[in-house]
Amino acid sequence: MGHSMKRKEDARFIQGKGNYVDDIKLPGMLYMDIVRSPYAYAKIKNIDTEAALKVPGVLAVVTGRDLEKYNLHWMPTLMSDTQMVLPTDTVMYQAQEVAAVIATSRYAARDGREAVRVEYEPMKPVMDPYKSLLPDAPVLRPDKPGKTDNHIWHWEVGDKQKTEDVFSKAEVVVKQDMYIPRIHVASIETCGCVADYDKVNNHLTMYMTTQAPHAIRTVIALVAGHVGLTEEKIRVVSPDIGGGFGGKVPVYPGYVIAIAVSFLVGAPVKWIEDRSENLQADSFARDYHITAEMAGTKDGKILATRFKVLADHGYTDASANPSKFPTGLFSIGTGSYDYGASYMEADAVYTNKPPGGVAYRCSFRVTEAVHAIERITDRFALEVGKDPAELRMQNFIKKEDFPWKSPTGWTYDSGDYHAGLQKAMDAIDYAGLRKEQAEKRAKGELMGIGISTFTEIVGAGPSKDFDILGIKMFDSAEIRVHPTGKAIARFGTKSQGQGHETTYAQIIAEELGIPAEHIQVEEGDTDTAPYGLGTYASRSTPTAGAAAAMAARKLRDKARKIAAYLLEVSEADLEWEPGKFFVKGAPEKVKTIQEIVFAAYTNHPQGMEAGFEATHYYDPPNLTFPSGAYICVVDIDKETGSINVRRFVAIDDCGHIINPMIVQGQVHGGLTQGIAPAMYEELIYDEAGNILNGTLMDYLVPTAVESPSWETGHVVTPSPHHPIGAKGVGESPTVGAPPAIANAIVDALSPYGITHMDIPITPFKVWKALKEKGAI
Amino acid sequence: MLKQITVTVNGTQHTAEVEPRLLLVHLIREVLNLTGTHIGCDTSSCGACTILLDGKSVKSCTLLAVQANGKSVTTIEGMIQDGQLHPLQEGFKENHALHCGFCTPGMILRATELLANNPNPTEEEIRWGISGNLCRCTGYNNIVKAIQYAGAKMRGEEPASTEPQFV
Repeated sequence: MGHSMKRKEDARFIQGKGNYVDDIKLPGMLYMDIVRSPYAYAKIKNIDTEAALKVPGVLAVVTGRDLEKYNLHWMPTLMSDTQMVLPTDTVMYQAQEVAAVIATSRYAARDGREAVRVEYEPMKPVMDPYKSLLPDAPVLRPDKPGKTDNHIWHWEVGDKQKTEDVFSKAEVVVKQDMYIPRIHVASIETCGCVADYDKVNNHLTMYMTTQAPHAIRTVIALVAGHVGLTEEKIRVVSPDIGGGFGGKVPVYPGYVIAIAVSFLVGAPVKWIEDRSENLQADSFARDYHITAEMAGTKDGKILATRFKVLADHGYTDASANPSKFPTGLFSIGTGSYDYGASYMEADAVYTNKPPGGVAYRCSFRVTEAVHAIERITDRFALEVGKDPAELRMQNFIKKEDFPWKSPTGWTYDSGDYHAGLQKAMDAIDYAGLRKEQAEKRAKGELMGIGISTFTEIVGAGPSKDFDILGIKMFDSAEIRVHPTGKAIARFGTKSQGQGHETTYAQIIAEELGIPAEHIQVEEGDTDTAPYGLGTYASRSTPTAGAAAAMAARKLRDKARKIAAYLLEVSEADLEWEPGKFFVKGAPEKVKTIQEIVFAAYTNHPQGMEAGFEATHYYDPPNLTFPSGAYICVVDIDKETGSINVRRFVAIDDCGHIINPMIVQGQVHGGLTQGIAPAMYEELIYDEAGNILNGTLMDYLVPTAVESPSWETGHVVTPSPHHPIGAKGVGESPTVGAPPAIANAIVDALSPYGITHMDIPITPFKVWKALKEKGAI
Repeated sequence: MLKQITVTVNGTQHTAEVEPRLLLVHLIREVLNLTGTHIGCDTSSCGACTILLDGKSVKSCTLLAVQANGKSVTTIEGMIQDGQLHPLQEGFKENHALHCGFCTPGMILRATELLANNPNPTEEEIRWGISGNLCRCTGYNNIVKAIQYAGAKMRGEEPASTEPQFV
């Protein structure tokens, strides 16, 4: 471990030999395209399919009424709400699926789609979550028995009374409303599937872009069991995936329709969505309206926090959270600071927007929480007149205080926040930057320095609290070592670019002494891989990575027994070093792991099971708590408001590092997905429910020009409860970067009395704020 | 009404009867079964479908197959020569310039023309040069490094270390 091994998976990707879902071509395959609603809220008066059915190559048009005959027109969401597969009466958001056209080619399906005539009766949509709660708002979900308003759920955590007491007596209280906008993961590969139902054998193979193939198999069986598709008749294959970021966790209607059609006609059906469909209809992320408050002393000691959230979930609660956590892990929002009182509450509402609530490279609503705590901490520092770095150093949980119990109930495993921030400050020359800033301010120039010192919570999760639809959130590894000492390892997770084929091989190599080059890693086929909950929320290394180590240790135990037998000594006389057992004090009496494995097939001790395989289902005892200290420097042009991120230093603590190159790559990518919502991305709707930027022409995914040259580094505090001390890293930078950037911009503008700006902070917003303050 | 076209793809001449509206990317992917060229958007924004057309990098979702008639196309499958990876392919692997791999073929084809026009580009020239290609995974740092690595190799120079640098 700790070796920057080049990735095993790259050979196929650099030669164009990846196998993504749209690359799959089966004999007799049909193509599906989807008719979508132009209205955000409308009654469907009529769907006229006559012209579409006359288009050459079009075989069928499927509507909600057709699916209703099989009771397949609604499906459950991951949060036990319900979602339409296809509507029978009413559409609830713009771009909602209305009908599906099945044809013999991609082009014919699109022609058919254009020929379907749908008559709508538009209604006034509810787009504002605050207005959705007003008594005169229309009830958006009358399909739910007894529903008389648009409120979905209320959630709270922490000690309300204690927190109020601290606030009422505090010397300083700051309060800030902030909006964490609705954004979209926009992985470069969109979503899609090939549903291949074999009528003769009553067997479904579902090739699809999913981050959680096993969970999907179980969901399909639960939804379609009544038509004979039971779980042993379903194989889900997740091929190479072109980026996921949480957007490929949910079940979208297109998948279900494709399965239904394949089931009915007995032919494979391919559905690949367009980018515009992907942006406009697939699960959104964020959309939290937050009021954050902090109480403290005049000299900068934090005493309490209070957060109130209004969550806009669109027309159904289709969040991808563990079942018991409607706001995900938002309760990590007490942050990296040592204080004892916090109270958080959230309410979720329905609106006429697409459903979702997925991660966008974030562990279950942690980004929203981190933005709230890191922004309000800066607001507090400004209020008490302290440097934000100094105030953070003053309030950090000390490294000797871990494991540390948070006011919202988490037990942070390990960290050294002081060391992290100090390293970032040294790397960027914090003192020098403050000096430069003072000189620039004297000349009226705008320069800002922003800090974010965040704590993440990943690796979901311990089975006592964590499940999805009742299935516990363990994960798994199965290792089979062949007689010649080469291995195949299979996992319940599914890489979407994280490099599992390399990282997992390195973990097994470390534990078993077989070179990583000799270990083939496979994921994504439910017929061969052990059951697991998939890859999201930075959980793969914390769960399946741990399972790999544990399975390898089982094999090492077996290897010790075989070595003792071969060397004719007792097990206690043997010593292990990676790759071999030798007799203590007689290192020439040695058996390599390859010799031992060969013996397991050719000369195993009588009474011992032959072969060399192990499986482990790892149930983590706690979550892991990666942290980071990020510092960002911006220069702002006063006349135009344009923002230049001059430098960005990210110091991460993700525990023990398996492959520094891959970890750094994850940090780079996460940082760019951090600058994205901080400065560029937001899904914008007008009052009539139209999306105003539903294509990649106007939804601004950062290019290489917008993305700064990132500088990264580490402090390492191993997770004490993880078998190899790793914590997970994929999402930390996406979580930590936005407040660092926002804090830097606000810092630049603070001489003009500007104390907050909502992300994405655009040149126009900056220019407008400066104008309003009379600065220009 | 089908139209007959002849296109040379990765050195092999192909003749096909196509609808005039068939996109070049669909000719490549679905008629010729070269699936290394990807589709990531419907507005010519992402660059995943970038190929070389007579040596110039173009977004193959923005051209019709008939526009390639009589021309020469290079896709990612044509980058490997005599079993040797192109310096860009090697550079992307050595510098961890890809995660999910979906944007990679387009990036490599775009960078091929970039280096042909400017064998020793600055970091800024590289960043602007690939600004028509989106990557959602890598944050671009290592793509820049990979292109610099390939540039050095193609100039006959020793490329910079591929070990990750930390502060």
